[in-house]
Amino acid sequence: MASNAWRSAVQHVAGALRKETRTFSRGMQTVTLIPGDGIGPEISTAVMKIFEAAQAPIQWEERNVTAIKGPGGKWVIPPDAKESMDRNKMGLKGPLKTPIAAGHPSMNLLLRKTFDLYSNVRPCVSIEGYKTPYTDVNLVTIRENTEGEYSGIEHVIVDGVVQSIKLITEQASQRIAEYAFEYARNNKRTSVTAVHKANIMRMSDGLFLRKCREAAERNKDIKFTEMYLDTVCLNMVQDPTQFDILVMPNLYGDILSDLCAGLIGGLGVTPSGNIGTNGVAIFESVHGTAPDIAGKDMANPTALLLSAVMMLRHMGLHDHAKRIETACFDTIRDKKVLTGDLGGKSKCSEFTEAICQRVRDL
Amino acid sequence: ISAVRSGSEAPPARADATFKVTMVPGDGVGPELMSAVKDVFKAGDVPVEFEEFHLSEVQNMASEEKLEQVLNSMKSNRVAIKGKIHTPMEFKGELASYEMKLRRKLDLFANVVHVNSLPGYTTRHNNLDLVIIREQTEGEYSSLEHESVTGVIECLKIITREKSRRIAKFAFDYATKKGRNKVTAVHKANIMKLGDGLFLQSCAEVAQLYPKIKYENIIIDNCCMQLVQNPYQFDVLVMPNLYGNIIDNLAAGLVGGAGVVPGESYSAEYAVFETGARHPFAQAVGRNIANPTAMLLSSANMLRHLNLDYHSQMVSDAVKRVIKQGKVRTGDLGGYATSDEFTRAVIANLAA
Repeated sequence: MASNAWRSAVQHVAGALRKETRTFSRGMQTVTLIPGDGIGPEISTAVMKIFEAAQAPIQWEERNVTAIKGPGGKWVIPPDAKESMDRNKMGLKGPLKTPIAAGHPSMNLLLRKTFDLYSNVRPCVSIEGYKTPYTDVNLVTIRENTEGEYSGIEHVIVDGVVQSIKLITEQASQRIAEYAFEYARNNKRTSVTAVHKANIMRMSDGLFLRKCREAAERNKDIKFTEMYLDTVCLNMVQDPTQFDILVMPNLYGDILSDLCAGLIGGLGVTPSGNIGTNGVAIFESVHGTAPDIAGKDMANPTALLLSAVMMLRHMGLHDHAKRIETACFDTIRDKKVLTGDLGGKSKCSEFTEAICQRVRDL
Repeated sequence: ISAVRSGSEAPPARADATFKVTMVPGDGVGPELMSAVKDVFKAGDVPVEFEEFHLSEVQNMASEEKLEQVLNSMKSNRVAIKGKIHTPMEFKGELASYEMKLRRKLDLFANVVHVNSLPGYTTRHNNLDLVIIREQTEGEYSSLEHESVTGVIECLKIITREKSRRIAKFAFDYATKKGRNKVTAVHKANIMKLGDGLFLQSCAEVAQLYPKIKYENIIIDNCCMQLVQNPYQFDVLVMPNLYGNIIDNLAAGLVGGAGVVPGESYSAEYAVFETGARHPFAQAVGRNIANPTAMLLSSANMLRHLNLDYHSQMVSDAVKRVIKQGKVRTGDLGGYATSDEFTRAVIANLAA
């Protein structure tokens, strides 16, 4: 009974999304742009230029986010940024600073909580022309983003003894499991692997796994397997081609998504999207702010650009997405104009211009 | 005692006495790997006698009495060789597995996995040499879980200053003893500010006592990414429990998989030798396909721990020679040999 209700709810949301998609493709669509810190503004400019060259029907609404203390002393994001996101539903975000052991929580965490961005999706696909020890990687990590080890509940019991709480709920586990199958179907992928550690964390990961199994029962058109986290790591570095979609709780997702990014060349080339409730989605580059090269026109905008491409796909603008992606990959494959981290000597603006040129020619 | 002395004074002289070692074959291919060890030891005339205990949760061969027997044997032998005791994931009211119970009762706080590329076997990353030191008695593996309300489960991760400092000290002592230059603490203190923050702080404090060894820290997700991109930057890594489980397996994968990397666990008094990536590999049971390399190298490390340097060298040389020749390899390394054939090849190379 409950499962049916859940399924129909998902279908309802999916249906609503589809309807919205149609309106998206008709006219200009506004997207909230959070340029971020460090190299954020430069790579955001690069993305805007390329979108302009591609005549993508997107207009940007720029917002800056810094943690501010709201009423009651709670840390919140600035109201104008929240209001913009609530209205536009779509966001693109550059890197934000995360201070280690500082007073306020990380901005990323705050954004996740504010918009209930429960799912982090990262497609990791080998980029032709950018050589790494691994080729033919083509997998997607889907990470539960709201609870788990990152619940943020910690306390000192007595001096020298800290207790951190990993929180796993039935509702969140079910939601992410269902989303993984939904994503698989929408993106024509064939299998979902649940990653867990239920042999050690028998209750919490056990619950997560049970919800994945139940979702698999309702989605029999997609193949379902389950694997221990350690086994996934062991196999991932030996033969990543055996994986398709991986779904997992927060911490494992954090680790595995970065590991997979490493396989294809690092965070500088890996796109990422966060899916929330009420149709909100924020796409972002997940690399750092790189303060050492900020403002020097040396940064690589690929990750943010590919995230923006992911956003276009999410909005149903497949033609624009394809053109921009092809232009980007062609530029990398061509190896003539590349930023330093990709093994070239070109500036960020030159790399951007090369992609713009290709976008116009396509 | 005299044997130990003669061993340490005049390596690689052969010891006269026999050492008793506790053996827990565990589940999956564990027993097969142990029989490879026994065959090689027998052929090499290694002065070690095993006291075997079959402790298995999945085969209903685990009980408190059994565990007690193993513990008693360990108390007199102090050294054990062990396969993985498989942990069924079904929750039946008991949160701690026997694997965990054994670790806790013996206080085996430090797990050491030395990831070393095998000469002659080419992988994507060659000539690797790094050491992973994992705290394995607390952290996420505390077996403290409860259902607060229906559908909401809390799982506690415990980090203490005492144990963090202990593992940090172990890592720096290890680095000093083995002549290594750098220790890197792996953490997630940007998110778990208190828990991992305490671990990180403890490592930094201990690091100050070892000015000759370089100290760095890295966030776990970045560490994993760096390991597949540029693993050569690491020397000794020290980390809390779960991250160790992840990195052990990842790093083992880099050099050839679970079948080739040895590991060991230490307490103040005991040493347990096992494979680096601990998997029962149950799907291989009885198929004669498991790679005995990891367990044989681990047994060689055990012999070194017993000061049987001559025998240790003999066993590890033989294994490495077989791998290097490349004629007899098990399926996981791209060969066609059975486990037995590999073991026989190792035995044939003992004398050489």
